[in-house]
Amino acid sequence: GVLERSREQLLRQTCEAVVLGVLHPRTAISLVLQVLSDAGSLLSCCLNAACMALLDAGLPLTALFCGVTCALQPDGTILLDPTARQEQEARAILTFAIASSEKKVLLATTKGSCSVEEMQQCLAAAQRATDTIFQFYRDSVRRRYSKC
Amino acid sequence: RTVEPLEYYRRFLKENCRPDGRELGEFRTTTVNIGKCLCSITTADGSALVKLGNTTVICGVKAELAAPAVDSANKGYIVPNVELPSLCAERFRSGPPGEEAQAASQFIADVIENSQMIVKEDLCIANGKLAWVLYCDIICLDYDGNLLDASVFALLAALKNVQLPLVTINEETGLSEVNLKQKNPLVIRKHPIATSFAIFDDTLLIVDPTAEEEDLATGTVTIVTDEEGRLCSVHKPGGSPLTGAKLQDCITRAITRHKEVKKLIDKVIKSITPK
Repeated sequence: GVLERSREQLLRQTCEAVVLGVLHPRTAISLVLQVLSDAGSLLSCCLNAACMALLDAGLPLTALFCGVTCALQPDGTILLDPTARQEQEARAILTFAIASSEKKVLLATTKGSCSVEEMQQCLAAAQRATDTIFQFYRDSVRRRYSKC
Repeated sequence: RTVEPLEYYRRFLKENCRPDGRELGEFRTTTVNIGKCLCSITTADGSALVKLGNTTVICGVKAELAAPAVDSANKGYIVPNVELPSLCAERFRSGPPGEEAQAASQFIADVIENSQMIVKEDLCIANGKLAWVLYCDIICLDYDGNLLDASVFALLAALKNVQLPLVTINEETGLSEVNLKQKNPLVIRKHPIATSFAIFDDTLLIVDPTAEEEDLATGTVTIVTDEEGRLCSVHKPGGSPLTGAKLQDCITRAITRHKEVKKLIDKVIKSITPK
């Protein structure tokens, strides 16, 4: 449907920004994502899965990226990585894909409206959270390659 | 320009201007035609034609009656649909809607939902029995970049033009009666306006890109703001990474743009309302 197309476009353009396509001419890189279960923060989960898959494939990347979802609750508190329930109750949900180099923003989508300050706060919180996620990437990759 | 388009553009960008003579932060001339006299759609309940430079987008709104969904008995429906027919640009072929059209439709649906410009409860006539469905068809007639801005603007203008007839339900027969003589305008609570930017070479941000600039750009950002300065949508579908500060610059520019566009739309609406 239309929602899937929109998500595909987001993911494709994010991956295109990091993958060094020039090193693989006349090649198609196809990324297939299958949602097994959706318990909230779906888009950032897809982004993380896509990045790790690109890592696993050994494709040359300019930077790693990770997806973070922030939910702005009605009382103004910022909640990272919300569950489906928290997403429904939230005033606004912001999803960012943040690159590992200088924590720049690769992708930004919002659902619901928020003020500019709130958006900046969510972005700052998301950038802080990327440290944890990149550490997780490193640990997973280390675990995978230490077994074989 | 044909052999080395990027170099050609870079030379202009170095001087802080663009081949068509605009500054980096300048928009193209925006014109809007609303209503049955100026805009050509006489069969639609509301219509608007927006021209952003060469990009031409027409929006037609048709209102129909339907039974509301079981789980949201007091809500009507708004169904936006963006079409990019093959007449607007060479790259679009006829057939099922391509990815760009579908992503644009989803974007418009999100903007309507996020900004709450039309509250679905306002579209309900009788709880659980009858509600309005607004089919908003946005068709691009000429694609010269910046489709999202023009579409959002056309949608807003068309919705402001919509007059819904009064519908009552006859208690005895249970049928709906449409009173075409009494028409009320649609209640539009918020006025979201979109501002698009193109990112060049990972650093430079230019406003209102043309189709040529979009092809050469390394990324795009679209910011939708409403009149209170609240962000309805930050749409950055991948593309080169941006710092938070650059994003903030975009938002400030979007807020200024909102004021300009709001003035324009108010002026046009005032000129068509019969005195």
